[in-house]
Amino acid sequence: MSSPISNIREPLVQGHKSYHDITEDLVSPTERKPGLGWTIGFIISITLLGFGLFCIAWTIWFGIGSWNLNRTVGWGWDITNFVWWIGIGHAGTLISAILLLFRQKWRTGVNRAAEAMTIFAVICAALFPGIHVGRAWVVFYFFPYPNTRGPLWPNFNSPLLWDLFAISTYFTVSLLFWYTGLVPDFATVRDRAKGLRRKIYNVLSFGWTGSAKHWQRWEALCLVLAGIATPLVLSVHTIVSFDFATSVIPGWHTTIFPPYFVAGAIFSGFAMVLTLMIVTRKLLNLQEYITIGHIESMNKVILVTGTIVGVAYLTELFIAWYSGYVYEQFAFFNRAAGPYWWSYFGMMFCNVISPQIFWVRKFRRSVAITFFVSIVINIGMWFERFVIIATTLARDYLPSSWSYYSPSWVEIGIFLGTLGLFFTLYLLFTRVAPVVAIAEVKSILKTAGDQYTGPNAIHAHGHEHDAHGDSSQHDHAFDHEVDNDLTVGPSGIAPAIALETVVEEPTSSVVDKGPRIQSSTSVDDLKRIEGVGPKIAEILNNGGINTFAQLADADTVFIKQLLDAAGPRFRTHDPGSWPEQAALARDGRWDELNDLQDRLDGGK
Amino acid sequence: MSKTKDIIYGLYNDEQDLLRAVKAANADHLEIMDVYTPFPVHGLDPLLGLAESRLHIAGFVYGMLGTLTAFLGMSWIFTKDWPVIFGGKPHWSVPAFIPITFELTVLFASIGMVVTFYIINGLGPGVVNPTIDLRITDDKFCIAFDNSETDPSKAQAFLKRTGASEVHAKTI
Repeated sequence: MSSPISNIREPLVQGHKSYHDITEDLVSPTERKPGLGWTIGFIISITLLGFGLFCIAWTIWFGIGSWNLNRTVGWGWDITNFVWWIGIGHAGTLISAILLLFRQKWRTGVNRAAEAMTIFAVICAALFPGIHVGRAWVVFYFFPYPNTRGPLWPNFNSPLLWDLFAISTYFTVSLLFWYTGLVPDFATVRDRAKGLRRKIYNVLSFGWTGSAKHWQRWEALCLVLAGIATPLVLSVHTIVSFDFATSVIPGWHTTIFPPYFVAGAIFSGFAMVLTLMIVTRKLLNLQEYITIGHIESMNKVILVTGTIVGVAYLTELFIAWYSGYVYEQFAFFNRAAGPYWWSYFGMMFCNVISPQIFWVRKFRRSVAITFFVSIVINIGMWFERFVIIATTLARDYLPSSWSYYSPSWVEIGIFLGTLGLFFTLYLLFTRVAPVVAIAEVKSILKTAGDQYTGPNAIHAHGHEHDAHGDSSQHDHAFDHEVDNDLTVGPSGIAPAIALETVVEEPTSSVVDKGPRIQSSTSVDDLKRIEGVGPKIAEILNNGGINTFAQLADADTVFIKQLLDAAGPRFRTHDPGSWPEQAALARDGRWDELNDLQDRLDGGK
Repeated sequence: MSKTKDIIYGLYNDEQDLLRAVKAANADHLEIMDVYTPFPVHGLDPLLGLAESRLHIAGFVYGMLGTLTAFLGMSWIFTKDWPVIFGGKPHWSVPAFIPITFELTVLFASIGMVVTFYIINGLGPGVVNPTIDLRITDDKFCIAFDNSETDPSKAQAFLKRTGASEVHAKTI
């Protein structure tokens, strides 16, 4: 294996999984009947969706007058919801694309579901520009196609049209990226399916075989798509921010919007991913794949982006004051003290205060707190867009135009409908497709599975065989009894003539030297090592080093970390010679050990 | 009618076994038809002599096509076809063209690369490829030899020798 095997990183796959276990755990939710949780969630979502469709039909039939928009506040809940949904979608692309480029293996636990979430969020978002125009039935006029109206072209200089291209591109690229990743996983589901399901997954898996050349191209494709999806996701929300930034409205016309919006999008997106993942991992029993470590990593991203958003808020306030521009100053005074002050404080609390809780490690790793805070953040980010849009429009340059806006039931219904649409699509996704990227998790198993990391980690040098001696984990390796039946072979499709079914000989590993698991079967007296007294022996044991063999293989850096963590008393101890001594003890070369210890002074 | 192939294939339980076997096949100059795995195995491609994928070059070309389409398209529309004055800006407003040019670059590159990927791999909706073994997409690693290229008995012996847990013959 060329990649370094870490002995201090948290495992990303728990439960000592084999490849087959991974397949079983991740595919079986699509094979069994949905549980009660799924059914209840689905009924609620479908109901909301139905009501939303009714409200949309009402809007198209009766016109935008059924909304409470007016001349002053021309954008209300419609565009607030649009920006909110697009922001939510950004986490998926970030997880798949940007974390791939940064080689963050933990993305494999959540990327599939996050990308699906992106696609559904973009669908919900795209609804709003579609229906908020007066004549929704000719909304295709926005697209530049040869037409009989001149031919009349849309205004390519307008950010509103840039939005159209950005959202369409973002949707298409996300869909392609997501589906490309899904093809091998659909093949896994296909090969376990029978009858009609098999036919369906046959179509969905595009004939995937697992050929090496195909995998090579697949990885190349994913890498390039990740490379171009990254600037894409940054550009999409930048362009959305331009809808506001290129105007002249105080509070809108500011260059901070692009980075502020992008950070905010990632912030809210990760919050939504966490909300979904926490529920998903509970209902589908995937805690060993979507671990606390994954949740903690996502919380760290939330902390960073939330802090950026908070700094952006403060920057806006500072610049408004520093600029001396009375309209800008009023815009912010109005946000905090005007008719919508409650939304401003809601935004400040939810977005700036609440994520700061994640500085505390205990809270970062708490599922309940994460779930609660993720919902608070999503609410806060909705308020942020509402503050930017409705609050600002209600009080712009001309006091005689000042107005107040509150949504009509139709607008609220459409928003609830998009929530319904989003959750309906997500629940359907969990039924049809594996929620975690099967092939990708398998590819990180050897470096991030808990039977290979931590104290069980084996270092790259000289232990190649041991590191991969996991054949004893593959219990099913012994399942293939010699089968002299020449009827249907194991593939089940065409008769395969079993020339020789070899009962598995563990060729690559010695059976009794399987992965070293936490509970060692033997304990050696580590005090035999010069420099190791009873206290230090206890520290080593707590760190998982119980035998001479483990101490011999341990990295001195790792031992040093154990000592440092144990307290200031132990920091001066130098474990440099301990592995060497332990190797002699392991091999039973006591005379040589004694000679070595005579030469050493106090184990140094 | 597509012609059928007679193959001998062996299944391995671990990718390290697979890599060792492929190295051994190279040493013995046995021609492997193909290797099938449940996930991409790093280190396999150079052993099989697979040339690096040129998909990124295709992506670049498609992307450039998108750039030109967008930029030249907008330039022609706003200077020649139907020039309009927007906010006092010049007709050929290059900075305003940049966002759409970028988006279309990405769009063309992505769609182009993905479609190319499926075509060159011979994959697509409804494509049915012969299944070698159902467990390849689960947890087995497969080396397959074509009987017309490699002597079946040599292939069989090789597979047993290198630790394949199962060896089968099949017609696909």
